[in-house]
Amino acid sequence: MTSDTSRLGFYLLLAPILLWLTVLIILPHIGLFIVSISEKVGPREYETGFANYAAFFNEPLYWRTFARTAIMSILATVLTLILGFPIAYYIAKLTRGRTKTTLFLMCMIPFWVSELVRTFGWMILLRETGVISNALQYLGLVNGPVEMLYNDTAIMVGLVYTSILFMVVPLVTTLDSLDDSLIEAGYDLGGTSTSIMREIVIPHAMPGIVSGCIVVFMLSLGNYLTPILLGGKDSLWFTGMIYTQFITRFNWELGSAFGFLLLALSSLVVFAGLKLSRQSLTETMGRT
Amino acid sequence: MKISLVSSVAIVAALTAQMAQAETLRLLTWGGYAPQEVIDMFEAQTGHTVEVTTSNNEEMIAKLRATNGGGFDLAQPSQDRIASAQEEFGIYKPIDMSRVNADLFIPSMLSATASNSTYEGEVYGLPHVWGTSGLVVNTAVAGNVTDYTDLCDASVAGQVSYRLKRPTLIGFAYSMGLDPFAAYDDAEAYQSILDEVEAMLTACKPNVKTYWDGGDEIKNLLRSGEVVASMAWDTGGWQLNADNPDITFVAPEAGALGWIDTFVMPARGRADDAAYDWINFVMQPEIAAMITNTAGNFTAAVDGDAGVNADLKARYQGSFDQAAIDNIKWYPPVPAGLEALEGATLDRINAAN
Amino acid sequence: MSVSYPDLMCSDLTKDFDGFRAVDRVSFEVPQGSFFSILGPSGCGKTTLLRMIAGFQSPTSGDLRIKGKSMIGVPPNKRPVSMVFQHLALFPTMNIGDNVGFGLRQRGVAKSEIKSRVAKVLERVGLPDVSQRRIDQISGGQKQRVAIARCMVLEPDVLLLDEPLGALDLKLREHMKVELKSLQSAFNTTFVYITHDQSEALVMSDNIAVMNNGRFEQIGTPHDVYHAPSTAFVAGFVGDANVINARVSAVNGAMLILTSNAGTEMKIEAPANGLSVGQRAQVFLRPEAIELGAAADGVNVSSGEVASVLFNGANSSVTVQDQSGDLLKVALPQTGRFANLRKGDIVFTRWDPKQARCYPAPGA
Repeated sequence: MTSDTSRLGFYLLLAPILLWLTVLIILPHIGLFIVSISEKVGPREYETGFANYAAFFNEPLYWRTFARTAIMSILATVLTLILGFPIAYYIAKLTRGRTKTTLFLMCMIPFWVSELVRTFGWMILLRETGVISNALQYLGLVNGPVEMLYNDTAIMVGLVYTSILFMVVPLVTTLDSLDDSLIEAGYDLGGTSTSIMREIVIPHAMPGIVSGCIVVFMLSLGNYLTPILLGGKDSLWFTGMIYTQFITRFNWELGSAFGFLLLALSSLVVFAGLKLSRQSLTETMGRT
Repeated sequence: MKISLVSSVAIVAALTAQMAQAETLRLLTWGGYAPQEVIDMFEAQTGHTVEVTTSNNEEMIAKLRATNGGGFDLAQPSQDRIASAQEEFGIYKPIDMSRVNADLFIPSMLSATASNSTYEGEVYGLPHVWGTSGLVVNTAVAGNVTDYTDLCDASVAGQVSYRLKRPTLIGFAYSMGLDPFAAYDDAEAYQSILDEVEAMLTACKPNVKTYWDGGDEIKNLLRSGEVVASMAWDTGGWQLNADNPDITFVAPEAGALGWIDTFVMPARGRADDAAYDWINFVMQPEIAAMITNTAGNFTAAVDGDAGVNADLKARYQGSFDQAAIDNIKWYPPVPAGLEALEGATLDRINAAN
Repeated sequence: MSVSYPDLMCSDLTKDFDGFRAVDRVSFEVPQGSFFSILGPSGCGKTTLLRMIAGFQSPTSGDLRIKGKSMIGVPPNKRPVSMVFQHLALFPTMNIGDNVGFGLRQRGVAKSEIKSRVAKVLERVGLPDVSQRRIDQISGGQKQRVAIARCMVLEPDVLLLDEPLGALDLKLREHMKVELKSLQSAFNTTFVYITHDQSEALVMSDNIAVMNNGRFEQIGTPHDVYHAPSTAFVAGFVGDANVINARVSAVNGAMLILTSNAGTEMKIEAPANGLSVGQRAQVFLRPEAIELGAAADGVNVSSGEVASVLFNGANSSVTVQDQSGDLLKVALPQTGRFANLRKGDIVFTRWDPKQARCYPAPGA
């Protein structure tokens, strides 16, 4: 009797997650996959086949954009880590109490407005008639207006800015859990700041680093607004390409195939990252 | 004006009194085409309620395709995007002309749109708002830009912007002395035109500051002076002209590209009564003028320009003399499959260095 | 020429934090090879003192010398001291061998030498062949030994231990006390051990410093500290004691007569402690110094009623309430003579005037 009710309770608790998984994750992906393997042969006529995937590999533009997106996302992830780690270390280890909360909050404040607004903010700063250009001219450092928008650097700045919080939060969490006495023990045993960072702090923070990197990489890879708005005429980004296929080209079939390829790419890079850092997904996601 | 408004209110009220009951009209349209004032008046008179979703051509079709023509009761794509979309996806239903007050429409535009939006003998579209795209230029600095290809001139290097969309391809083609609309039905001929335009636009790329995407973006670029010459919509140029008399819309020598936004009935729309009420309501001259004043574009309503404010009329006349009006290249319906060719060309231009 | 310096010497070492003084003019010396404990309640400043010796905090004033060399301004990684942390601070991301070899790697010792020295030190602490294991694969007691090995492999002049036994269960703690002491004599290294647990200090130390409110109240051998506490705080903190508030009613050379607040009269023979007639005083009387008897003969005898029996094996005791109402805790003799004592029984208590200590009452 008791076991019956407890089993019922178990299924009732399980139901929402199962429903969520099936309705919002599995079914759409099945649908997307079915669309991706239909080839259009004429108006309202479709055949099953892998022509859409073939189109991707036969058109250099597609896979070059794909590779460019992946490489820039990895670069953005690395930059975010390099910038985020000192910030997280400072927040987690060198501040206490209210200062810590304030700093943490300051990291989060930009995320109270939408991504679009933040991106426009960067456009105001970087554009030719923008804040930085004017400041440089005012200070006499440059002679004419400087255009800092519409290039890969601007995309990178935007991507790093957009995702840095998602690097800082898991890092702060893992670094917070690092007992200060471990660092002191390192110094006590003759370690230098560098060797302690390398041998004690970074190995300890590894799950945070990996989970932060996974999240940032996924966010960058899937980002649409930032590369399009900040990159201007050179903004080739794979998500933009998917959008174009779906919306302006009405080519859902190719768009779906692109979507699946992006899914495969992100899974592959995450897998490779985990292998390289010798972390397991369960450990990484479970700890933070 | 007030009296005629009241009288028209009475007419519409009388008309709609027979209607069974109030409905909710889910309207998929462009920004500015359904001003709040107009909605309030419509709701007060008919008892229907209106929910507006603003969008653009591609997204309208994508949205309707996603739901097989459901989710909206009235949509407003451009007339060249009706027949092909209907052929491909079957997302519209034919217009019941018996329920439309045809006297409100300028006859030539009504028949042109009808013929352009006919698929398998049925008419799918009614004209509403029309306008053109051409050049928006800061005449003080870039007065020499009078045609699309002038955007590639060295004098405006780095200060040019246009969209990476099909109007750009077509505008440049005309400016290069080609006739893309004539080649619409000949894929090979069209492809060779696209190839020439591709070479031109690829060579022109260093001149471009950025490819703009939204109307606000190009207006900001022009207003700040970062861009001095661009390919854009007439309304944008006229709006900027109000702030800065140097900036205005210029009808290109090769001809402005004319578009007509229409009324179409989504295949699975539920509130047909409200949709026809809306059409008949907004095509009244007074209402049409209100819409022109907010959207900036003229409508296909008979006498719709009577109530338009004088500034807008002046700007319109400043940009278009009779020759320029005659030279407008009206978009014919896009044959299915053409956009795939254009898409590939645009992708290659985008990727070129 | 070699002058022999004590391994560790502090003179007038002081540490001030915002608005309060954590360590107040502490001076002491620790000779080479001895086990020195600093015993005090939490918050007494002992951890701050230890961290100053290790180099994690710098003193506000005073000097700190190790083998005669001043350590002021020397960072922790340059000091010839090592520290065993309260929670050991073993590096969980490294195996045991890498933990122990950490310090040697920092010094740039060759790999092969590290390996042999790590193996040797692990053998000395009785843990051969564990260097490949992870930290979470060994027991609490083994972790203690690894932590000590990690320090000892560097052959420090002074080993600091910050209550390392605190986290262990009772049985293991008892065992580790003995083991720590024997490790210390085996390595012949100077140990400075801080604890709030008097039994740890008493069992292991050569010398104990009892610390309170930032000051050393007494430095002495365990025997001295236990049997001849020099202040009321030491008497109360080290070991168990009955505290009786009283007033001096007569002074006769070394013999004092005091009357407890409840009215019981006590005779105490105490070395000159400056008490005069009429002064308020505190009397400290260890439970094991009180004898139970059946007859009323001798000094400091009173009869009372057993108020409660606290059975705790060899450490069993009773509380006895005398006629004036004072409660006394009395250790039961281990001979079993009073094993049948029950609540409500009437007994006589007696104690030797030399066994009690008395100090001026605080604030008197």
